[in-house]
Amino acid sequence: MTLHPTSPDFKDNAHRALHDPELQKALGHVQHGFIYKRQSAVERLPEFENLRDAARDLKDHVLKNLDLYLETYERNVAASGGHVHFARTSAEACETIVNICKSHGAKSVTKGKSMVSEEIGLNAAIEAAGMAAVETDLGEYIIQLRGETPSHIIAPAVHLTKEQVEGDFRRVHKHLDEARDLSEPVQLLTEARGVLRQKFLDADVGITGANFLVAETGSSIIVTNEGNGDLTQSLPRVHIVIASIEKIVPTLEDASLLLRVLARSATGQDMSVYTTLSTGPRRTDDPDGPEHYHVVLVDNGRSAMLGTEFEDMLRCIRCGACMNHCPVYHAIGGHAYGWVYPGPMGAVLTPSLIGVEKGGHLPNASTFCGRCESVCPVKIPLPKLMRHWREREFERHLTPAVQRYGLKVWAFFAKNPGLYSLATRTAMKTLAWLGREKGRFASLPLAKGWTDYRDLPAPQGDTFQAQWRKRQRETRR
Amino acid sequence: MSARDDIFSNIRRSLGVTGKEAPRRAAVTQRLADTPRGPIPARGQGSPAARLATFITEATRVSASVVVLDTLQYVPQEVGRYLQEVQAPLTLKRGADARLADLDWQAAGLDVSSGASDGTDLNAISHAFGGVAETGSLVLLSGPDNPVTLTFLPDNHFVVLSGADLVSDLDSVLAKLRRQDALPRTVNIVTGPSRSADIEQTLLLGAHGPRRLHIMVVLG
Repeated sequence: MTLHPTSPDFKDNAHRALHDPELQKALGHVQHGFIYKRQSAVERLPEFENLRDAARDLKDHVLKNLDLYLETYERNVAASGGHVHFARTSAEACETIVNICKSHGAKSVTKGKSMVSEEIGLNAAIEAAGMAAVETDLGEYIIQLRGETPSHIIAPAVHLTKEQVEGDFRRVHKHLDEARDLSEPVQLLTEARGVLRQKFLDADVGITGANFLVAETGSSIIVTNEGNGDLTQSLPRVHIVIASIEKIVPTLEDASLLLRVLARSATGQDMSVYTTLSTGPRRTDDPDGPEHYHVVLVDNGRSAMLGTEFEDMLRCIRCGACMNHCPVYHAIGGHAYGWVYPGPMGAVLTPSLIGVEKGGHLPNASTFCGRCESVCPVKIPLPKLMRHWREREFERHLTPAVQRYGLKVWAFFAKNPGLYSLATRTAMKTLAWLGREKGRFASLPLAKGWTDYRDLPAPQGDTFQAQWRKRQRETRR
Repeated sequence: MSARDDIFSNIRRSLGVTGKEAPRRAAVTQRLADTPRGPIPARGQGSPAARLATFITEATRVSASVVVLDTLQYVPQEVGRYLQEVQAPLTLKRGADARLADLDWQAAGLDVSSGASDGTDLNAISHAFGGVAETGSLVLLSGPDNPVTLTFLPDNHFVVLSGADLVSDLDSVLAKLRRQDALPRTVNIVTGPSRSADIEQTLLLGAHGPRRLHIMVVLG
């Protein structure tokens, strides 16, 4: 598990990903599965567009009043017998959680799926303190065995084939019969269920994330399909919730509104299988459940995004629809983005959280096709936010010299339309003449980035602007 | 400055507020009191019969099975029939809920025990607080009547839902929940049996929770 971002090496990461045959095979599942499932769910619900608008407005309202809703939430957690802790940074959050675990003499910690725990590097901190941290979501369990980070925020092992998973299970589950058949996904699932069942029962502390925190009741809400989040929080003596501060919603009805768009956008389900509201520790006469309930609220750069052009990003409910619909994600997968959050949401969030110096390449990994914004359940203008980052990267002279020089040359011509027209017409004519025999170029100076992968067709006529002017003249006649 | 105070002052500085503005406080207090609803899908609405039909359609879509029974007395017999059909042992774990405790399980040949599950129970039964037609979901409350471990540890989970507790949409059941004295530790909204698609996007039932969910809607 590494926290060290490789986002600065985005170009090399992407290049490697494009040439990884197993990754390319696995990524085929994203392109076809998620898009079709979401579309079917949306078509079954005529109210979906209205729900998206309402969800956006609700999140905006919460962000504008975040301080007040956090106060209400904090008060209501305390009233139900729980404890709220605040953490400014990753280090502070890890320290708080490790201390809670230690104070209960924990040896083994189970974990439900939580992206913010990946963000703060929690597993490494727990292990450094001499405790075992066990991921229990099937996908998270698989990548933990491989020492990898998630490649997708809701399908962490989507970059792997079943043959790779089989190899990992055979390597790690040494106590099981070597001759067993693990060729089908169902056999892999059954084996993981058996192994993890014992881990659930043995754990001293269970850590879950939160999809929502309800101010009105002091409840945390998680949604899972497997039920692992519930076994994680219900069997050990201590339940710790880790969540970032923008997860707050005012009331139960507000959670209901967001639930209606969350699963549909994520997996195309109307509801995830298990939606669980947890409020405080076990009651006096409860026969099961944890005796202690802690919530660790993490800021880690989010409060600084409020009031800026990146505030919109804090509406994100982590459904993954943007990456499921992103042509760049489809081509390179999640790991190439080099940190915790991949795809369009990661391209906007990563520079906000780790700095534009390290994450500045990511907003460039976009064709600006706009599919991400068109499917976002809370209508985050992701392409616009990526453009803001490109501008900031340029302003801070982080763009490579050749690119800056190129942009300056282009800007000079763009500001002098007469020269622009002359230059493009000359270039078109030269290219047309050079390519008059084959009609295409297999290589061209300064255009290797294009011609390495496909031929450049030779221009057939005049420039677009010249053709357009001619057309306008003809229609006017 | 403590982490808490630091975070609050950062939020307020970014938003350009102090936290003491009366109109903001009033707006937030009002919203918490009014509990406004978002757009409610028409899908689950309609007469009780229409709601029941939608509930059955939606629950079946997510791989739960549903039967409708005239009275609670038929529950033990139905559980016995189901367990024989799936070739499971005739054992059952239940909570303290009187509606389930008072039934004649022995007559149906079932070996019934009560309390939380330690993971060794193959079959368990719960009584739902409510059902949601919109999505075919069940709402279960943790506590002595319905230990939460019964919802997640067994292979076969049976849930009794009184027809009168079946509502059209999620917001209606949440409003009913708010009228309770206090929330239980967990409110579990269950929509079908456990599943995972984490390996090559192949959907498989029975990931960590129950492999089967059998719902008995009791009309009487």
